[in-house]
Amino acid sequence: MGRLKVSNVTRRFIKDKNDFVLALDNISLDVADKEFVCFVGPSGCGKTTLLRIVAGLDKPDEGEIFLDDKKIENPGPDRGMVFQEYSLFPWKTVIDNIIFGPQMSGIKKKDALEHAEKYLELVGLQQFRDSYPYELSGGMKQRVAIARALANEPSVLLMDEPFGALDAQTRNILQQELLGIWLKKHITILFVTHSVDEAVFLADKIVLMSARPGKIKEIINIDLPRPRDRTSLEANVLRDRILKSLLEEQKK
Amino acid sequence: MIQKYLQILNKKRVEILSIFSAIIVWLHKKRVEILSIFSAIVVWQIIAAYIVQNKFFLPSFTDTVFAFIEIISRDANLAIMGLDMQVPVLFLDLLYSLMYFGIGLLSALAIGIPIGMIMGWFPTIERMLDSLVELIRPIPPLAWIPFAIIWIGLNPFAAGFLIFIGAVFPIMINTFTGFKGVSKVYVEAAKVLGCNTNMELIRYVALPSALPSIAAGIRIAMGVGWMCLVAAEMFGVGRYGLGYQMWRSSDLHRMDFVLVYMLILGFLGLLIDRLLRYYIDGKLLKWRKGVVI
Repeated sequence: MGRLKVSNVTRRFIKDKNDFVLALDNISLDVADKEFVCFVGPSGCGKTTLLRIVAGLDKPDEGEIFLDDKKIENPGPDRGMVFQEYSLFPWKTVIDNIIFGPQMSGIKKKDALEHAEKYLELVGLQQFRDSYPYELSGGMKQRVAIARALANEPSVLLMDEPFGALDAQTRNILQQELLGIWLKKHITILFVTHSVDEAVFLADKIVLMSARPGKIKEIINIDLPRPRDRTSLEANVLRDRILKSLLEEQKK
Repeated sequence: MIQKYLQILNKKRVEILSIFSAIIVWLHKKRVEILSIFSAIVVWQIIAAYIVQNKFFLPSFTDTVFAFIEIISRDANLAIMGLDMQVPVLFLDLLYSLMYFGIGLLSALAIGIPIGMIMGWFPTIERMLDSLVELIRPIPPLAWIPFAIIWIGLNPFAAGFLIFIGAVFPIMINTFTGFKGVSKVYVEAAKVLGCNTNMELIRYVALPSALPSIAAGIRIAMGVGWMCLVAAEMFGVGRYGLGYQMWRSSDLHRMDFVLVYMLILGFLGLLIDRLLRYYIDGKLLKWRKGVVI
């Protein structure tokens, strides 16, 4: 299960004695199990901060987050994360990167390897099994990062602009692949992006955020049927609406 | 008998030819380097034999070669475990020098790496130790000679101690820098994957990530340690050793011998550096292809 409940989360970043930035201001949000939620908003709106708090890498000043009624305090294998920067361990081969998580939870190398091959197949990189990250392209690196996060069998996958550094074509392909994985694995995905196009293509629900203080401006349910057509009329109408809403934010 | 050899040669002629052609190809590829070294030797010989004309002031290339032959033909008794062996003195000298060097370098690794690690990982320990290290580090290793003799005495460990002083700081500082420079995203990725304690993070993330920096530190340390070797052997820690023989030859006014020992020290230093580099680049740091340390 991957039911997430964010309740009244506030996070301040202290600049100096009397000055601070309110990155998240009293945020509450419910995410259902197996839901695909995209966070969109102007830069500095705290979407990454929220994701990091869910991951356990940052702590809220007020409020709490529950995953299946269990309070989140620390990072844990029930939540996988894919970062925007390439985060594969460069000293490990692709397969060793993928088995890192399972090995940390004490699974024997032999069993972990067997398990990891499946995820390698899922992202279609079997022939790069023993390559080092420097031998991979950006898109491949992020594929391996997804496989590595999934190898821990998390109930929630957190993705912080994972395709932000990729070219448009690779990006589209990886979005397709991610949807395939999501359908196969049935997990909850929280996906931070600054691309409205990406959000409309992927999400069940788009959380539109406003900046300074970081608040939820609007939650938009995307009811477009899957598989989605990027250029369909409905998608364009939605995109237009979200972009206008974002523009208002940026003018402020 | 000869017929048999000829037959073998005949059978293997393809292999022999291919070896020869490989050598010729190599010589051709390295022709500039070879020519450069060869001309340096010729210039040296001309200057020494026709301009300086003083074997004491500047031994010529041929003097040095003859001195080398003289040195390797000297034997000494080596008694190990009841076995009395005749071995070249040079062999014993090499053995002793490498022993001093090994003692110093191993202790520098054993102390420098852990201290550098904890300093780089825990900010409090960095604040505790950094100023101390920075105060002791600028003292030249050779300035420790008097205390090395008093504390340790005239034995191999005193020489090892000097090499240790020279080698420990580059290792420590580079380990420290490597640990400080561990990318935050690797640490966070590891945390999210379930690697949470300091011990685990150091073992599985910081150490491998800092390895290139540590390896570079070891290379520098080996260079500095090797330089300390000659001085360490100067004050009489043993009856053998390349540095010791060099000083003794100097006392005996055998400058051609001095030059031979100098060259041996140089070549050995080069060899050690190359072996280390080969091992590090080929085995340890395969994942950093294209990066020269």
